[in-house]
Amino acid sequence: MTRDAQSGMLLLRGGRIIDPSQNIDEVGDVLLSGGVVEATGRLGEIRREGNELREIDCAGRVVSPGFVDVHCHLREPGREEVETIASGARAAAAGGFTAVCAMPNTDPVTDNQAAVGFVISQARRAGAARVYPIGAISIGEKGETLAEFGEMVGAGAVAVSDDGKPVVSAQLMRTALEYARTFGIPVADHCEEPTLAAGGAMNEGMVSARLGLRGIPAEAEEIMAIRDILLARLTGGHIHLCHMSTKGSVELIRWGKERGINVTAEVCPHHLSLTEEAIGAYDTNAKMNPPLRTASDVEALQEAVKDGTIDVIATDHAPHHYDEKEREFADAPNGIVGLETALSVNLTWLVHRGIISLPLLVERMACAPARLFNLPGGSLRKGALADVTVFDPDAQWTVDASRFRSKGRNTPYQGQALRGIVQLTVVGGRVIHERGA
Amino acid sequence: MIEPLGKDLLGLEPLSGDQIRLILDTAEPFKEISERAIKKVPTLRGSTIVNLFFEASTRTRVSFEFAEKRLSADTVNVASSGSSVSKGETLVDTARNLEAMRIDMVVIRHGASGAAQFLAERIESNVINAGDGTHEHPTQGLLDLLTLRDHFGKLEGLKVCICGDVLHSRVARSNIWGLKKMGAEVGVCGPRSLLPNCIDEMGVTVFSRVEDAIQWADALNVLRLQLERMHAGYIPSLREYNRVFGISSERLARAPKDLLILHPGPMNRGVEIDSDVADGPHSVILNQVTNGVAVRMAVLYLLAGGKPELADAAKGGGGR
Repeated sequence: MTRDAQSGMLLLRGGRIIDPSQNIDEVGDVLLSGGVVEATGRLGEIRREGNELREIDCAGRVVSPGFVDVHCHLREPGREEVETIASGARAAAAGGFTAVCAMPNTDPVTDNQAAVGFVISQARRAGAARVYPIGAISIGEKGETLAEFGEMVGAGAVAVSDDGKPVVSAQLMRTALEYARTFGIPVADHCEEPTLAAGGAMNEGMVSARLGLRGIPAEAEEIMAIRDILLARLTGGHIHLCHMSTKGSVELIRWGKERGINVTAEVCPHHLSLTEEAIGAYDTNAKMNPPLRTASDVEALQEAVKDGTIDVIATDHAPHHYDEKEREFADAPNGIVGLETALSVNLTWLVHRGIISLPLLVERMACAPARLFNLPGGSLRKGALADVTVFDPDAQWTVDASRFRSKGRNTPYQGQALRGIVQLTVVGGRVIHERGA
Repeated sequence: MIEPLGKDLLGLEPLSGDQIRLILDTAEPFKEISERAIKKVPTLRGSTIVNLFFEASTRTRVSFEFAEKRLSADTVNVASSGSSVSKGETLVDTARNLEAMRIDMVVIRHGASGAAQFLAERIESNVINAGDGTHEHPTQGLLDLLTLRDHFGKLEGLKVCICGDVLHSRVARSNIWGLKKMGAEVGVCGPRSLLPNCIDEMGVTVFSRVEDAIQWADALNVLRLQLERMHAGYIPSLREYNRVFGISSERLARAPKDLLILHPGPMNRGVEIDSDVADGPHSVILNQVTNGVAVRMAVLYLLAGGKPELADAAKGGGGR
């Protein structure tokens, strides 16, 4: 297989090339060679010059820079029965992601250079999507002692986060932003004021009152979001706000960006498509943190994706074992899988409903994430990494979780008809996922 | 034609006013059975019912057990302290094991909201919710409705104020839905920290002062104020709660009319309700308990497929 990447050439013929990094949206060919993009445009006959050349007809399909997910949970080490780096990387490939960033809340926590190295070596062994480790902000994600960012970056970490847990101490967050600035990496925060959110199982509002479930108010997220934005202003560090879920957060990010504060933000496909009503009669597959909110939050988040207040769409892919979700709602763990439905959910709810254009979706799923986290990829420019996704934006399919490559089956989209199918995922010029293959 | 109740009774929110009326009407003839010397009819002979109680309960469990036994069902009580999770066996495994012993109904009390729904979706037996977390306690709501109807003759237009910890109360939720569906007006009164944030959207009148609630209402349903709420910081002290929100005879004396007093029990005398009120002439707290048996008999009978029009005849004999 490595031969493909080294010497093989791949010609993606006649697709709709969408590359927002170069402002390209045109029908043409993409030639990949030696692990990088060789050329794009109307290429005509390609001479082989002794190299193997595989030609793939992409007519009617979109050819774009590979998607990059800046937020997923691959569970290894520690919970290999739920997901491994290999199964997660294959799920990513099936979802059109050529690279994903793995959150450090594993067991043990990815809070040192050796742990970072482990993620990288497991990912290399898997040979599917690229996996970039995110290191912990604090040792053990305990919120006390700063982890060794310098060594972790040296070993390959691309950002730091205590995701799953908020950084409660404002002083620790301040130091993290300052220290991370030294190494040019973002600090990604899970915004949740813990005393307000304590014991909460869903959004606080009429539905939680009706179901008798303890709610998490929008303000639990917003209080931490504005704290982080203000600390970014104080320090000049790059704060990246994870999985934003409320209208108020959008307004606060907008406020920060208008003032030139170094804040970026992500939103998940489920927060762009579903409301708290999806919980129905205590469906634990609609339980995640932050929780599904209201229709006006969904609308504000969609608008924020459109106007750039929110920079990227990330999955927060969080596999759980079937048994863990098959229990009383308040006791079930938070999180849903997302890698294999992200593109289709975004196409179905955002593009096909006319909220954003296809090129803007590619920007939010491929270009912006790579740019924000300083990752290679996210472009089809000549010489860029040959990380490419080919998808049919219109084709319809019905979600069947039993067919996921992820070990997780916990999805609120089970049985739903979605549009958009990934045809081909190419990493470094090598095909890592091909529909029907 | 009234829509049948279906397999389970999980809450009053999903029921129609007609369905609630059907249960209350069906309860009427069953009241008399408990007044007989031989308090037993053969209606549910041969049925097996499991009372699955994951939370401590005396009143509700005993009431269900009497209702079942007076209908001649075979009953088994399974009590488990703490959640199923701490026991190591999941709720669904517990239920499936019971069902494998060929039972007909499960009455479940559980600390988690949605536990009854969860069970109902996973087993074929009828499931009756005897209280799930802070969600609903439908048979308590029904017996409150029956008690109010006994006294006032009708529920429509009646003004009922629910006093106390509405936020954590499954009794409050079942009462709010039940009363509204039956055309009553619902008020709630308590400290804002013990009312759901969105209470104003629930179609109820909110009273911050108990004196105002007393001026407005025909009846007060006084909720138990649990000691844990003080420890969790929702209110500063039980003492202040009693002084500001406690139902006392002094307060009631200023009402324009005599108010009917309900309480789902168990009472904290001297906290949410003073003893002279609880034991006073306008208290129907023990009538509620008596009605509880009849309402539960009606629910068991209807879920077992009993014909409402035959409920009167069922008292005398007949089977499932």
